[in-house]
Amino acid sequence: MTAFINGIGTISPQNTFGDVSFLQDPKEYNSNRLACIEPEYTGWIDARAIRRMSRIIRMGVASAGLALKEAGLEKPDAIITGTAFGCLEDTGIFLAKIVDNKEEALNPTPFIQSTHNTIGSQVALLLQCYGYNQTYSHRAFSFEHALQDALMTIGEKQNNVLVGGVDEITNLSFDILDRFGMYKKNNTSNLKLFHDKSAGCIQGEGASYFLLAGKKTNSTYASVRDVATFYRPEDVYKNVSGFLAGQSLRTEDIQLILTGKNGDFPHDQGYQDFIQDVFSGASTGVYKHLSGEYQTSGAFALWVAARILKENKIPPVVLERDAGHKEIKRILLYNKYLGKHHSFILLESC
Amino acid sequence: MSAIGNSVAETLRSVEQNISGIGPITLFETIHLRQLPVGEVKISNEILSKNLRLVKPITRTAMLGMEAARQAVEHSGIQSLKKWRTGFISATTVGGMDRSENFVLDFFQDKTKGTLEDVVHHECGSTTELIADYIGIKDFVSTINTACSSSVNSIILGSRLILQDKLDVVVAGGTDALTKFTLNGFNSLMILDKEPCRPFDASRNGLNLGEGAGFIVLVSDRVLQQENLKSYARVSGYANTNDAYHQTASSPEGRGSYMAMKEALEMSSLRTEDIDYINLHGTGTQNNDSSEGMAIQRLFQETVPKVSSTKAFTGHTLGASGGIESVLCLLSIVHGMVYPNLRFKEKIPELNYTPQQTLEKGLTVHHVLSNSFGFGGNCSSIIFSNV
Repeated sequence: MTAFINGIGTISPQNTFGDVSFLQDPKEYNSNRLACIEPEYTGWIDARAIRRMSRIIRMGVASAGLALKEAGLEKPDAIITGTAFGCLEDTGIFLAKIVDNKEEALNPTPFIQSTHNTIGSQVALLLQCYGYNQTYSHRAFSFEHALQDALMTIGEKQNNVLVGGVDEITNLSFDILDRFGMYKKNNTSNLKLFHDKSAGCIQGEGASYFLLAGKKTNSTYASVRDVATFYRPEDVYKNVSGFLAGQSLRTEDIQLILTGKNGDFPHDQGYQDFIQDVFSGASTGVYKHLSGEYQTSGAFALWVAARILKENKIPPVVLERDAGHKEIKRILLYNKYLGKHHSFILLESC
Repeated sequence: MSAIGNSVAETLRSVEQNISGIGPITLFETIHLRQLPVGEVKISNEILSKNLRLVKPITRTAMLGMEAARQAVEHSGIQSLKKWRTGFISATTVGGMDRSENFVLDFFQDKTKGTLEDVVHHECGSTTELIADYIGIKDFVSTINTACSSSVNSIILGSRLILQDKLDVVVAGGTDALTKFTLNGFNSLMILDKEPCRPFDASRNGLNLGEGAGFIVLVSDRVLQQENLKSYARVSGYANTNDAYHQTASSPEGRGSYMAMKEALEMSSLRTEDIDYINLHGTGTQNNDSSEGMAIQRLFQETVPKVSSTKAFTGHTLGASGGIESVLCLLSIVHGMVYPNLRFKEKIPELNYTPQQTLEKGLTVHHVLSNSFGFGGNCSSIIFSNV
């Protein structure tokens, strides 16, 4: 099932929200932790509501609002959200309170807002959207499964589906994941992330919602043709040709492949071999030096790809290898997370 | 796996003998020890781990799920999952929180402290992968978290993936362990009853938290024939809607639950009078039962079927409730039985019907509707029909 991206709202560590240049002036960070540049929320969320909402919910609600506005819609027929960690900040606050207060006199608000489906349900509440509402929390498949559901939902004759990927950084998650050895030990510039050969990535976060529809409109960016996830794959080469064959395509039909290289050199080597072996004729691009690594970063990548197709232009900061294609007709997103989770998203220009 | 049994057979025995699983907390230290009754699964982490042949216990949410999913696959009679495009879809609201809350005790004192082993499976998806790896499924592995409606949504997703010919077999349901996090969370909302809960009763005063895991095996017609399986029932309708009223409260008229039930009926092409039994969400809170009750009254009018909440037996098992209650619905169809709504005494004044008060057997149960609603206005209904 093909679906059209008719509106996008993206909040990320770059200037990506609203009418901004397409990564012409990328933001440089000298840290292993990239936090979102949050927009001015008034205009998107009622002032009283803003105060009650945690950061991740504000980002989710505002990005959903922009996606709808771009598509010229007041409300969608369905809301589908992917979030790996959910509302971490409130989870951490409530955990700390249980310990500090020894389980007594607890304020319920952080508990109420800690559930993973709070983001999608706050969007539904503000839009008064009574339709299908779903939240996927499956690690680095969270967004991809939300997107797959959106394609299925459109195939089941719903018109407009709001689908998003949202995750936040907190001190708690950074400190714990850092102890697992996820992140780089030295603070290098994110814009030089792929220059050194050290292990570890940089942490990121983001909120992106897309208005997907069965019909093309004046605001259409591109179409999503398919998405697939592979858990502990045995043969990614076979998986990608099967995925493309499902759309009657071959590897030569892809002009640009955007990979989830995250600066963790040993991990990134896998992408390198894959591209050389399978996509030697395609241009290649990267994005996680801009967004940082997080499990729903596929949503940021989808924003990058959708804009490339709409503008037929690859920002220099994204372009890794130029194969000289005059027109970018199809983009393949290939993401893997810690080797266990591999996913493909296929987009086409309209 | 629930407070009333560690297998389908034990569960059946408990409901036939009117044995509720609600009792005191024994799993962890808490100041609520003797004050808040809960529905614990009657098995320790050590025994669970031994039964599953693990080196040592892992998160209880995963272990409960592993045991239930293993039993479901075994029960299905499928010879080889590997032969088919097979998916595993789980649901959980707490994931590995039962161990994470141990971790933070040391970690909050000193960021370099706390055993990483306690937090490595914190994520909802990690719980699912432990179970998927254990039962050997990898073609499609996913996790849903829509609070208390989660596991009905995983069964709905599994059904859709089979209908759209993306998968042949899906093991779907959910799992949640009792944790201090949820116990204190619901307690802070002041919706936990200090007595065993009384769903759909005028005197109801909150819910009892439970824990457990429930999975069912969904197959396509082709698998059913080729594997020569015996089917319990078929999924004939479902719907997922949002109440969009309040983050934790349901609208008084139950607009989300009304729409979920109505759309599920429409999908199944059934009339309200075709439904033989409704397994209620029926948590025992003032708000849920009145809202759900009103929605049923509005939709079914003069033809309200037999209804009962089995949460008086199991407690509210959150992300597992839809899975566990789906299993109970299938047993209702297969055994022609309808469960009592334990501890019912007095009708809710605004409703014109009362829940089922005794166990009835020997009925012909054609169609069962199961409701699961959650925080964030998430409402899901599913209809199982006999074959």
